[in-house]
Amino acid sequence: MHASARPAVSVKITPPVTTPSSREAQAPLVMRMTVDKVNFFYGPKQVLFDIDLNIAASKVTSLIGPSGCGKSTLLRTLNRMHETVRSSRLEGQILIDNQNILAEDVTALRRRVGMVFQRPNPFPKSIFENVAYGLRINGTKLSMSDAVEKSLRHAALWDEVKDQLHKSAYELSGGQQQRLCIARALAVEPEVLLLDEPCSALDPISTAKIEELLVQLRDLCTIVIVTHNMQQAARVSDFTAFLLTGQLIEFSPTPQLFTTPSDARTEAYITGRFG
Amino acid sequence: MERHFERDLNDLKERLLWMGSLAERAVHQAVHSVLDSDEQLANRVLAEEDAINELQIEVDDRVVQLLALHQLMAVDLRFVLAISRINNDLERIGDQAVNIAQGSLRILRHPRVKPYVDLPRMSELAEEMVRDALNAVVRRDVELAQKVLASDDQVDNFRDQIFRELLTYMMGDSSVVFPAFELILVAKNLERIGDHATNIAEDVIYIVQGQDVRHPTVDRR
Amino acid sequence: MSNRLRWRKFVSHFMLTLTGICTFVAVAVLFFILGYLVYHGGTSVNWNFFTKLPAPVGEAGGGMANAIVGSGKLLLLACLFGVPIGFFGAIYLAEFSGGTIAFIVRYAADLLNGVPSIVIGIFAYSLVVLPFKHFSTLAGGVALGLMMIPITLRSTEEFLRAVPKSLREGAMALGASKWRTIASVVVPAAYRGILTAVLLAFARVAGETAPLLFTAFGNRFWSPGWTQPTSSLPVMIFTYAIAPYEDWHRQAWAAGLVLLGLILVINIVARVILSRGVAVPRT
Repeated sequence: MHASARPAVSVKITPPVTTPSSREAQAPLVMRMTVDKVNFFYGPKQVLFDIDLNIAASKVTSLIGPSGCGKSTLLRTLNRMHETVRSSRLEGQILIDNQNILAEDVTALRRRVGMVFQRPNPFPKSIFENVAYGLRINGTKLSMSDAVEKSLRHAALWDEVKDQLHKSAYELSGGQQQRLCIARALAVEPEVLLLDEPCSALDPISTAKIEELLVQLRDLCTIVIVTHNMQQAARVSDFTAFLLTGQLIEFSPTPQLFTTPSDARTEAYITGRFG
Repeated sequence: MERHFERDLNDLKERLLWMGSLAERAVHQAVHSVLDSDEQLANRVLAEEDAINELQIEVDDRVVQLLALHQLMAVDLRFVLAISRINNDLERIGDQAVNIAQGSLRILRHPRVKPYVDLPRMSELAEEMVRDALNAVVRRDVELAQKVLASDDQVDNFRDQIFRELLTYMMGDSSVVFPAFELILVAKNLERIGDHATNIAEDVIYIVQGQDVRHPTVDRR
Repeated sequence: MSNRLRWRKFVSHFMLTLTGICTFVAVAVLFFILGYLVYHGGTSVNWNFFTKLPAPVGEAGGGMANAIVGSGKLLLLACLFGVPIGFFGAIYLAEFSGGTIAFIVRYAADLLNGVPSIVIGIFAYSLVVLPFKHFSTLAGGVALGLMMIPITLRSTEEFLRAVPKSLREGAMALGASKWRTIASVVVPAAYRGILTAVLLAFARVAGETAPLLFTAFGNRFWSPGWTQPTSSLPVMIFTYAIAPYEDWHRQAWAAGLVLLGLILVINIVARVILSRGVAVPRT
């Protein structure tokens, strides 16, 4: 019986831990939000057609598609921001943890489902007051300064601003302002965080920082992000939904959608052969 | 700033290196099954073939995903592309080891043709090349890779020598044709293993320096 | 060709000179008035002017203390009356109303702005003076307040509208109700503009004379409380200027100077506040 193989000098002889790749779906998935047969109208014009979508908890779901495909509109229905437009009309149901969001009080809903917008929109107040704004409305279990610090840490901004909390938010750079808006949204501990093209107004380094932040934030909340930059969706999300002229064309785990999409239109879009 | 795809890159590298260690072990066991006339060792090689092939598929899947999802640039891009090629070379090395093991089983049915002198030396060189190539991948060591490239000629010489020697044996005694022929095939397999190790070394140079050193006679302009 | 060129050059220079002259005239008028007032009334702007009551007819000395205090009281009332209405009306227009109502309200405000001040005076007369059966500070305050409303309302509305929609959305997305958003985000963002609007409205009515003629009327003495007729600077100017007394003329000039000075200062302060920056985020 011959001796077993001589171990190589610096190559491992124990098999690596069989962790799935960081983006493979680990069953079972809990659905945090469900979009159920939603049709959406601005006045007489229909903008979303029969959308059925499940948002998985503690994952990043991205919505991609060409301009005007309805992805931002769909995102805004998730926290009922569409109601700020008078002529908007929503048919169908949207559920969060199986409760219909349309039946719930809208301000309570918006505490559970927060939003970060395309251009950073900090209030004309100090950095501290910006983060504390939501807490003052909704209350907090911690002391105000603890809660603000916690949020700023989660948004990877604490170290940069901890000595200047009283300064105006407008003195921060664009990337910092956007992280401040993220901290502000996180302060009320939402279950879901919606982001509408959060990096489109930012430079590449700030964009990279925010992308890394989003990947880490999955532990805290569910994330839904709209992006016109599909490479960003590829880098950051676990699930991707492709929309085209108001219809949901494909919804798959991100690795699958970007390597072997099931619909030809999806493939045309992601290979850049569109339009 | 550490990016989250670096975790995926490291996972990929680990899998490749594990595959490398399996391939290296397969070569060692296959060769010794011939040198020591060990049937069990040969069978073990045949049993472990699947593991290497499964890893090849897995590594390729991950390569595709990494390229699609993360717009890799520069050294990351070269690294992943090189891993894809090294993947293939490792799988071929595994195949060659299997061929040697199968040949070993056939040789065992016959008495030894002659004392093995060149074969152990050749196999040691081939194993060393594989080992050095894999270490060069781990450490991104261009010098080590150059050493492997330099050994390729020596392996080829060994094969020619064994071939000539066994040819004279076969011409002298027709009863040893069958095992001698198998031994020639084993030498051929070892030479192929050396070639694949050379390919891996060339890929290492590509990763580190961005230079494609294959086929030096080809005009690159 | 060069004839045409010369003609064009001539026309260009001519127009440049013409517009320059007109501008100069416009600006010069202000300085002319100022100069006139300083020249004629400068010497009379003294401590007596600010502290003494008007002297009996014919006597020298005396001041306009009661007129200054009276103007102060009238303007205070005007602000208390006009600013809240204008402010909340502006909030309604900017934040809550739909197309048609907003259009009507705005149009009405603009019309009110164009109503001659004396007509406003008559209105206040019938509203406040007749029921109470005498002239009063209150009536004068109401008249001036009515005039402040459209200015405050339209300007405030403009500044509220100028607050970017993104700020409102940011607050609402955090669960703020519409009112909370307005009070804690929109109004603070627009406060410079609102303050400016109020100051400018104030400056505008500070010099109004016609509505005061038959609401506050006038008073040679102190006017206690709010229900007595009261003296005011513009009315005093009117009264003194047409009187035959030299001393009174000089005091009228002085009053004019003080009034104009006040208005100029308010205008400058308002512009400084506004130029300090409207609150807009950096991109």
